[in-house]
Amino acid sequence: MASHESSYTPGSAIEKWVDDRLPIIRWSKEHLMDFPTPKNLNYWWTFGAILAIMLVVQIVTGIVLAMHYTPNVAMAFDSVEHIRRDVNGGRILQAVHAVGASMFFAAVYIHIFRNLYFGSYKAPREILWILGVLLFALMMATAFMGYVLPWGQMSFWAATVITNIFAAIPIVGDPILQLLRGGFAVDNATLNRFFSLHYLLPFVIAAVVVLHIWALHVPGNNNPIGVEVKSGRDTVPFHPYYTMKDLFAAVVFMIPFAWFVFFAPDILGHPDNYVMANSQVTPAHIVPEWYFLPFYAILRAIDFNIFFIDSKLGGVIFFAGSILVLFFVPWLDTSKVRSGNFRPMFKPFYWVFVANFVLLSYLGAAPAEGIYVLLAKIATAYYFAYFLVILPLLGRLETPRPLPTSISESVLSKSHAGGAAPVAAE
Amino acid sequence: MIKIKSILVAALMALASAAGPALAQVHAAPEIQKQPWSFAGVFGTYDQNQLQRGFQIFREVCSSCHSARLLAFRNLSEHGGPGFSEAQVKALAAEYEIADSSSEGGVRAGVSADPWPSPFASDAEARDANGGALPPDFSVIAKARGTTQPFPGWILNYFTGYSEGGPDYIQALLNGYEETPPEGAEVPDGKYYNHYFTGNAIGMAPPLQDGLITYEDAAFPQTVGQYSRDVASFLMWVAEPHLVERKETGFRVILFLVVFAGLMWLVKQKLWSKVEH
Repeated sequence: MASHESSYTPGSAIEKWVDDRLPIIRWSKEHLMDFPTPKNLNYWWTFGAILAIMLVVQIVTGIVLAMHYTPNVAMAFDSVEHIRRDVNGGRILQAVHAVGASMFFAAVYIHIFRNLYFGSYKAPREILWILGVLLFALMMATAFMGYVLPWGQMSFWAATVITNIFAAIPIVGDPILQLLRGGFAVDNATLNRFFSLHYLLPFVIAAVVVLHIWALHVPGNNNPIGVEVKSGRDTVPFHPYYTMKDLFAAVVFMIPFAWFVFFAPDILGHPDNYVMANSQVTPAHIVPEWYFLPFYAILRAIDFNIFFIDSKLGGVIFFAGSILVLFFVPWLDTSKVRSGNFRPMFKPFYWVFVANFVLLSYLGAAPAEGIYVLLAKIATAYYFAYFLVILPLLGRLETPRPLPTSISESVLSKSHAGGAAPVAAE
Repeated sequence: MIKIKSILVAALMALASAAGPALAQVHAAPEIQKQPWSFAGVFGTYDQNQLQRGFQIFREVCSSCHSARLLAFRNLSEHGGPGFSEAQVKALAAEYEIADSSSEGGVRAGVSADPWPSPFASDAEARDANGGALPPDFSVIAKARGTTQPFPGWILNYFTGYSEGGPDYIQALLNGYEETPPEGAEVPDGKYYNHYFTGNAIGMAPPLQDGLITYEDAAFPQTVGQYSRDVASFLMWVAEPHLVERKETGFRVILFLVVFAGLMWLVKQKLWSKVEH
């Protein structure tokens, strides 16, 4: 609910003078402090703030790393080692950035799955959701290019394999491939443009985040029961209630983050990336970072021709489709009820979808042989069926449980029944 | 142009030959066991004496073929390392001749700031001297190698922070030579059979033998088993010289975060106690 009375009164002549010219203090008070937020949000809702913090962590560490990094094929590998060895605090800085990418993705996946469960993408929050999917795609591009920069074996071969995907596109594929690589093969030109874009894209992400939050502040937050805010009794001001709750969650989130940074900084990566890139030696396993594995599994699952579409192009279509389909989720889900809590038929399909996504990650890392090939096909089929068949049909077939009339009523009935809040995140 | 499918096929073939003993008809490699390293775990630190012994092996054996271009003499006296004094390092560096085109005669005596001198001037020269095989650089070798655990086992690694796959592999490799290859395994001329090397035929002759190196401290057995442990530890330090400092900081950071989280939880509880939610 954005349309609320402004409670700001300038406290001094200077504030008044500023407020008449650029009402930035008024704006901050309205949007960063007083913003009415449903009072029944659970801990799954803290990941938005965690993501904002992660973006700042990545940008700040990235800018400092760029001061010491050299984007040249002969020097990149050693310059990253120079950061680890000789730059003050460099080992930690580099680990925060590398592990930070993983934590960023862990948080974004939780954020996306929370949306899918609580139906946060439904009207009037479609644009909010679309911007979110766009952010996810931008994150993937940024993370991929960042992974190439240390110029290890996995960096090089990931760049080769992933840029090659574009070659499957008819007619324009080869020109796109050459544009991405800056030549016919992954080389110095590729490294340079990836470094440039890796520095640019986070700021594009930051700009889209601003739009994302703007789009959030028009309709306001969804909430676990999915019933819109009806009155002031349903909400609390964002500050201090949610600033403190989000901060608590963010500090808890930092604990596993720190665990990896300080005690196992390389465990999320691959030993081969400590071997300098060599175009003459193909590593035994070319495996993307864990956060790309589900989509990598989908890419590989299509190993058969579909009519005139050969398997390679087919894989690319499904790979791209697995992201593109997300843009249409607000219209594919036909149910009028937002929250999965009130949708008895939706729930099992949703949890199978979650398990299926985890299975896809596992399959993305498994060799494409034997039973894994069949499993990957089944899992890919379910991924698409969930969005294209199950969600559209469920809305028509399902009888949702009765909804509470308001957030306050739901909160009161819960506390009177004496039952603990079903907050799965805790 | 390399197509994605052919890359995948190549990767799979390599995988099959590495991990599919039945397919590749080689002796099944025993699983590499996790070793109890002093630098493992949350409170892990390097054993200074072990690093000094490992350095001795590196210097007397490994470095005649393997470079370590990111290791500098000065690192040897840095905090958390083998703990040589600055004077010792200075004297050590001076024993080496460093190629330096800006010096008179093209060479000069080494100084602490110099990187460890490479045994060969180029990769081509290194290959020529080693029967076509390129001895890999040792700067980060302990992190460029690893071990794998079968399915449920590796999940535990994330909770124990297992980061010693490199030293485990190095130690296994140095103890993995077999004079008479198992039946059915073919070892080309000039190669040696090793249980743990990909493809089992390694270009490096067994570099260590019992009694090869004389330790100053006679308390340590002069066996391949001991040598390999010591040199694997040393190589881990070369790859990760700030490990001790990193873990010490990490302990403080996590302690702080846990306390901070506790305090934030109390703040949040107090604040929300007045709101039905």
